[in-house]
Amino acid sequence: MSEAVSALKGASFDGIVTVEEMGLQGMITLRGDLASPEMKKAVKDATGLNVPEQGHIAGEGGNWVAWMSPDELLLIVAYESVSDTEASLRDALSKVHHLAVNVSDTRAMFRLSGNGALVREAIAKLCPVDMRTEAFAPGQFRRSRMAQVPAAIWMPDESSVQVVCFRSVAEYAFNLLKGAAAPGSEVSLFS
Amino acid sequence: MLILTCPCCGVTAEETEFHGGGEAHIKRFGPGSSDEDFHGYLFEKVNPKGVHFERWRHANGCGKWFHAARCTVTLEVFGTYSAQTTEPPQDIKDKISAKRPGWSWREFA
Repeated sequence: MSEAVSALKGASFDGIVTVEEMGLQGMITLRGDLASPEMKKAVKDATGLNVPEQGHIAGEGGNWVAWMSPDELLLIVAYESVSDTEASLRDALSKVHHLAVNVSDTRAMFRLSGNGALVREAIAKLCPVDMRTEAFAPGQFRRSRMAQVPAAIWMPDESSVQVVCFRSVAEYAFNLLKGAAAPGSEVSLFS
Repeated sequence: MLILTCPCCGVTAEETEFHGGGEAHIKRFGPGSSDEDFHGYLFEKVNPKGVHFERWRHANGCGKWFHAARCTVTLEVFGTYSAQTTEPPQDIKDKISAKRPGWSWREFA
């Protein structure tokens, strides 16, 4: 089998914050009735996490369940275990209407880390999202656009932001983030 | 700029995160209908100065369609509501009546 590589092979950039492409990530799109007991149990068994509330994300480290829309979740797991997780979801949900598909190789993921106020500022330069601490906090998950491409963002903690976008626009997204993190570009909006 | 709240995911965002889908509550006239009805369905759209009802899609968000009631003059948004309806809900109509007494739009008032 050919060797899988991520879109930018872990490229990174140091500016007012550090921007790094996070390499291969296992991702599964899961659609269905999120309130059903079968769905809740399947997600819990596959990831150990509960289905998050509307607009939120559950998890930590490299294991996440994100609320994408009223009938869609994004599961982020280790790249090596994505096939097993997908199979266990399909197995657990075989009796109910659902869709579980491995989208790992169609996505790219970035992390911005450093000063909390500056990572918020870097995202605020690119996304029409209110990034003030009272409006966006760790635990929330927001799908929006980053300049001209769709992107989803969340904060694993107060000093970092993770961004998921399509792999086909990974280079564009990385260049945007590099621009937003360029040395000397501080606006200090949130500090 | 319009600020819309998506009733499907609860996100309040400005209009570049959404995509307009034209006039709301259009009744479809398909095969078997008269030429006049089909012509009206395809081409006769209202273009009001004031209260208007539109379809919008949260394109860069949850991806769902919804309805919005707004004023084309002031860009004030009276409310947004589910796409799964053929007429504006009463609470939206009440909100509009409170701000634009005597309004009418197509067969709704």
